[in-house]
Formats: sequence, structure tokens, C-alpha cells
Amino acid sequence: MAARKLAITGGRVIDPAQGIDRVADVLISNGKIVEVTENSSVTGYADYEVIDASGKIVAPGFVDLHTHLRDPGQEWKETIVTGTQAAAYGGFTTICAMPNTDPVQDSAAVVEDVMRRAAADGVVRVLPIGAISVGQHGKQLAPMGELADAGVIGFSDDGNPIADANLMRQALKYSVELGLPIINHAEDKKIGAGGVMSAGLVATRLGLAGVPAEAETAMVARDLQLADLTKARLHIPHISTIGSLVALRSAKECGVNVTAEVTPHHLTLNDEWVFGLKGEIPAQVGSEAYDTNTKVNPPLRSRSDVEAVIEALSEGLIDIIATDHAPHAATDKVCTYNEAAHGINVLETAFASVFALVDAGKISVGRLIESLTAGPAAILGRDLGSLKKGFSADVTIIDPGSQWLVIPEEFASKSVNTPLRGVELTGRVVTTIYQGETVFDLQSGAIGTFSEGVKAGAGQ
Amino acid sequence: MTNPTTVATTGAKSEEETAQLAPKENAALPPRQHLLDLDDLSVAEITDLLDSAEGMLEIAGRDNRKTPALRGKTIITMFFENSTRTRVSFEQAGKILGADVINVTASASSVSKGESLLNTVKTLQAMQIDALVVRHPHSGAPYFISNHTDASVVNAGDGTHAHPTQSLLDLFTVRSHVGELAGKKIAIVGDVLYSRVARSNIIAFQKMGAEVTVSCPNTLIPDEWQLGSTLGEETGFGGLKLARNVDEAVDSADVVMALRIQQERQEAGHLPSLREYSERWGINSQRMALANDDALLMHPGPMNEGVEISSEVAHGAQSVVEEQVRNGVAVRMAVLYTLCAPGKSSRLADSDEAQS
Repeated sequence: MAARKLAITGGRVIDPAQGIDRVADVLISNGKIVEVTENSSVTGYADYEVIDASGKIVAPGFVDLHTHLRDPGQEWKETIVTGTQAAAYGGFTTICAMPNTDPVQDSAAVVEDVMRRAAADGVVRVLPIGAISVGQHGKQLAPMGELADAGVIGFSDDGNPIADANLMRQALKYSVELGLPIINHAEDKKIGAGGVMSAGLVATRLGLAGVPAEAETAMVARDLQLADLTKARLHIPHISTIGSLVALRSAKECGVNVTAEVTPHHLTLNDEWVFGLKGEIPAQVGSEAYDTNTKVNPPLRSRSDVEAVIEALSEGLIDIIATDHAPHAATDKVCTYNEAAHGINVLETAFASVFALVDAGKISVGRLIESLTAGPAAILGRDLGSLKKGFSADVTIIDPGSQWLVIPEEFASKSVNTPLRGVELTGRVVTTIYQGETVFDLQSGAIGTFSEGVKAGAGQ
Repeated sequence: MTNPTTVATTGAKSEEETAQLAPKENAALPPRQHLLDLDDLSVAEITDLLDSAEGMLEIAGRDNRKTPALRGKTIITMFFENSTRTRVSFEQAGKILGADVINVTASASSVSKGESLLNTVKTLQAMQIDALVVRHPHSGAPYFISNHTDASVVNAGDGTHAHPTQSLLDLFTVRSHVGELAGKKIAIVGDVLYSRVARSNIIAFQKMGAEVTVSCPNTLIPDEWQLGSTLGEETGFGGLKLARNVDEAVDSADVVMALRIQQERQEAGHLPSLREYSERWGINSQRMALANDDALLMHPGPMNEGVEISSEVAHGAQSVVEEQVRNGVAVRMAVLYTLCAPGKSSRLADSDEAQS
């Protein structure tokens, strides 16, 4: 199988790392990219298995810097197997696993366990992220050197902001030698004061405690100052407020070593979705309101914040898209809004939901694909996210015209917590190739490594 | 993703609009199953409930006041927060109408054993009850429950969101004194940020054409509101006036409503002290003197006498606090009767099905 020779022909190849956007063929052999070549007739590839990609977009496999696999510890929500399957369904061939598992990935032993099982059972590449502090408690630095040696690609206490400014300062300073970014969930919990959604008109109407945008902005501003002080690499996860963008722009102009990501949901959904009407504002609050699938941290923001993050991604101020894929079981979401867990199941809807912004003319398809491929690969500093000769043959094929309905029960993910249920999306990943192997093919449905644990009807 | 023109709100309507809308809305509405808030009730529906409560008040005042109206119906009150007066009010309302009323309190129920709200509701649903009266500390809990039961759900107060039966009894009390509500000036003084009574009353009184002004410390309004302004329609509370100070709110008011201020607000840093609150926002005879001569003084209870309301006015000639409590039973009778009237049982549908 590893010797498989594959020709993906006639598609619109978009590889931002090489500046390629033209109809071409992609040749693969021994799990590596051979070349991107001028489109020839199919007969030209006698030795090759041919995938006809005409009318499709052929892109490097997507890279997600922010995935929650829930394994070990919460396997009823997601496992390494189902999470990597979900990734393949969504066109992702590399995902970075957040360390908020149980036990926390704050030691080489846990990280190595995740890496070993991901290599054995995973459908795509899993790169681990190590904790910043022991147990993610924000008190004492985790053994960052040991974690780096074990192969983590960065450090994060995701979900738990480093509230102690000195600990953040030391973490940044310590990471310099390791050359890895600190990824701090930016939220001043004191300003947020127990809020469960974004503060504003919607929260007030629903009587839900609101988190002001400033709770994020204040900590982003602090972290940027500390990154400047320490000359360390800071990566801001799921940036979502206008204020954070102002601070980010100013820091980048001053040469601070910072990158930022935005999630598909912060690019496409606003706080009006909490009314439960897919963004419509009701005349009266109805029984569909308090849609717990819209509960996420950072919370879905205002319309103006959403417009601002779209523009910032388009111009490159925000470097990349990351999913913050956060699967949760029904018991975590079929409850009151206050009780509900934070998080949205994203991997399988990520591309299509953001592709709507391309259709709307708000971002170019090239920039969208760059933010899912070359962008995150550059932050990782690895030979990924491109179709360069010799790179791992990770390829995602997209049908830009395909219209499909989001039916979460058909997800490969174990969980169904998405507010996009029943929404029609345009643009769909139809084939995902990882190291030269087809790990997802929409037409044939479950295949190969997918035989175990895939839900009936998945991908149909 | 949303056309701004579809934004609709529940602000005060002019009398003309109200007159035009009321019958049309009423005709379009299916028979009501739940009472979750007043924002989805038409003026006609509210008026019907208040009219019905007039009759209920007469029944509740009889020597032998047991009626068979809801005989054979089962009503469960499920309170996840302490509240003697609201629970007893609902219990009495149900019992006067002849229903079987069962009280479940969170500490006594399996909820404290870690059973989820969903499973509790499903268990009660399996017992084929007719109505579930719910008080819950989380906003939206009655909405959640209404999605998982065939029983009628009555919101007896959810988090910081709504308290519709309190608003109905307040409307009823004011109407019984002043008649027409339209054009009346209502001053609400108290914690608007956390008070579900304030929110529901703003919606209720504005819907009936009254002018509502609130006064409270700036720390107890949402950040997007500003003292000294009038809210726009997009807020869902369109037309609400936010007074700069309490005197401005109370000035020539027809109704002055003081709300309970919680000790926790001081602890959370919203207030320097209850003493300062009392001095700056407490309703006393000097402040009542600014209102109309025959202005009503209301309080949803329980009162912190000497804090948000002075004892002198709490028990003075203008106070209708005890009437509010009495009217509460009548209004809740009207609500329970409207929702559980004979012929509306979900069991009826089951037995019809069984026959066919």
C-alpha cells in the first residue's frame, strides 16, 4: 500500500505555500508528493491509480492547531480513533491535541501514550500540545523541557487561562530556549464574573450572565506585553474581539513574535444564535432559545466582532483558522444553558462553514486554504501543509459546488454538539489522502481504517 | 446572517397599534400550553387572564371556596430555589380549583442525588401530570423543560430572566386601582441587572401601554444600557426610560415599585453598602411625596424594611403589598385554569388514540 502511486488529475490545485493556483495534476508515490505537474491526459499515467478531480479543488491536507480529542479520560465524548476519523472527514490530515485530558498531558508519560496510540489507531497525524502548568492548575510550570523532548509542538493550559501574570511571564521566558509557542486561552475570569455567553443585548434579553469582550481583550493585551518583554513566541488561540485585534495589530507592528488563530464559529456565528433560530432574532423568546450547542468559550460575539475577525483573517492579521473542535456528550448539552459544557463539534463542518465567506466575497479561496495549510504549518515549523516535492502526501479534495445538510448523527465524531444541525452548507471535502492513503472518501463512505467505530451511514 | 428588518421587539405600543394588533394576534395564536414569559402573550391574552382572575378573586374570597374546576388534574410545583410565598400561592391556587397539587423541592427530590433535570422531568412526564410549576436558578430552565414534557409548564421564576405570574398579579393589582393601564407612569426602583421581576414587569407594563422608568445604581444595569437614556426597540425593552436618579423616576409616578436588594450585591462589589443604597435608592415618605398623590406603592416581597423600602411607607396608606399577595392566588388560579382547563389534557390525546 505504501508503494501506491496516485495521480490526482484535472483539479484546481491550490497550494499557497508554493503560490500555485491552477488546473494541474498531483502525483504521489510511496506516501510522498512526487510533483505538481501540468495537466496531462489521463492516459499519461499508466502506472498510476487515477483520481479524477476535474471540477474539484485539490489542496494540501488541512492542519488544525487546536483539537480536543478527550482521550485519555473522556472517551465517551471522543477518542483518538473517532477524533482522527472526524478530522479525515473534515479534510484535516494533521491535528494538534490539546492537553486538557484526564490525566492532563503535563508529563512525557501521558504525551507519549497519546502519541503511541495515535500512531497505532489514528487515521491522521496527531501532534500533542503539552500543558503549561502542572495539572493545568496555573500554579507551577509543567516540565516543559521533558514535554518538548517528548515531541509537543507548544504549550497550553487551554480552557484555563494563566491568571497569574508572573507564571505567564516565566512560561514565556522558559519556552524561548525550547523554541515552542505558548498558547494561552485569553480570558480574565474576574471581568467575566461567571458569564455564560457574550454580554450584550441578547444576553440581557435572555437573562443570561454576560462575559464582556474586554475579558478577552484585557488578557490578550497583557500577554502581548509579556511576549514583548520575554521575546518569546506567543500564539493567541481563538481570538474573537475587536479589542484583541487592535492590540494584536499594534504588537505585530512593534515586532512582537505573535501569531493568532480564529475558529470557524467565531468567523460565522454571532451571539444571536443563542436565540436558537440560526441567527434570526425572534419577536419573542421561544422554546428553541437557550440553544446549549451555541455555548462555547470564548462565547459567540457580536455581529461587529464577527465582521472584524473575518476582515483580520482576510488581510492576514489573524494568521490561521483552527477549529477548537470540542466534542461533548448529550448529557453535557441537554440541560440548562448554565449547566451546559463549553464547546462546539467543528472538524467536520469547519471548511464548509467558512467557505460560505468565500461565496459571500469576504475572503479569497486561496487565503482560506492558506489559513488551513501553509499558515498553521509555518507556526509548527514542519514540512506540512504544502504539495512540495518530497512532502508527506497529505491531500484534501473539495467539491466547491456540493450542497449538503449538516446531520450530526452522520459525523464520524462521537458527539453531535453543533448549532449547525439542519443548516445547508456549500462546499464539501470529498476525499482526504494521508501519507498517500485515502483515509476518507465521501462516495464510498466508510473505508479502510474507518471500519471500526464508524457510525452507520457516515459520509453517505 | 440576519436581516436587520426582521428584528422585532416587545416594546411599548401606541394604543392604536395595540388595538389593531390585539384581536389579530389573538386569533392567530393556538391554545396556550405554557406560560414561560409575558413577551409571547398578546394584549388580548393578558386581558383575558386578568378578567378571569377577577372571577377567581371572588371565588378565593368565599367561605367555602373549593371548586371542582380542575378536579382530576395533577399539578406539580417543582422549586429549585427557596420561595415560600410563590410556592404556597400556586399550591393554594391549584387546591381551590380542586386539582391535586404535589410539591417537590430540590432538596427533597432526586435532583440532589445528581439526577439530571432532564431525567427528573421525564420521570414526572411518565406520571402523566397536567402542569409543572417550575422555579429554577438558571435562566431558560422552564423553556428547556417545556421541550421535554407534554405537561403545561408555568415559569414561577427562572434565574435572572422572567417571573410572569408576578407580573400578571402586579398588572392585576394596578388595574384594580386605576382601571386603564395605558398611559400610566410606572417607576421601578431596584436591581434591574439581576431581577427577573423587573424584566417581566418592564415587558408587561409596556405591553399594556404604560410608561416604565427604572432607577438603580449604574452597577445594576447591563453594560450596554446607559442611565439617562431611553432604550431602543433593538433591546427588546424599547421605550424603557433609565432615570439618572431615583427622584427623576418617582416624579409624578402613578405606581412606585421597590424591588428587593440582595445582600450578595454588596458582596459582589456592585454596592458600597446597603446603607448607601438605602440613602440613595430607598423608597421613603419623602420620595413617595414626589409621586402622584394617589400613587400606589408596590413590592414583590419579601421586603427588606429599612433598606429598599422604609417601614413607614411599606405599611402606609399607599401600600398595596398585601393586596399583591392576595391577588397572586387569584391570578395563578386564572393561569392554571387557562392552561389545564378540562379537555386540554395530553392524556385525552392518548385515550383518543387508543380508541381509534
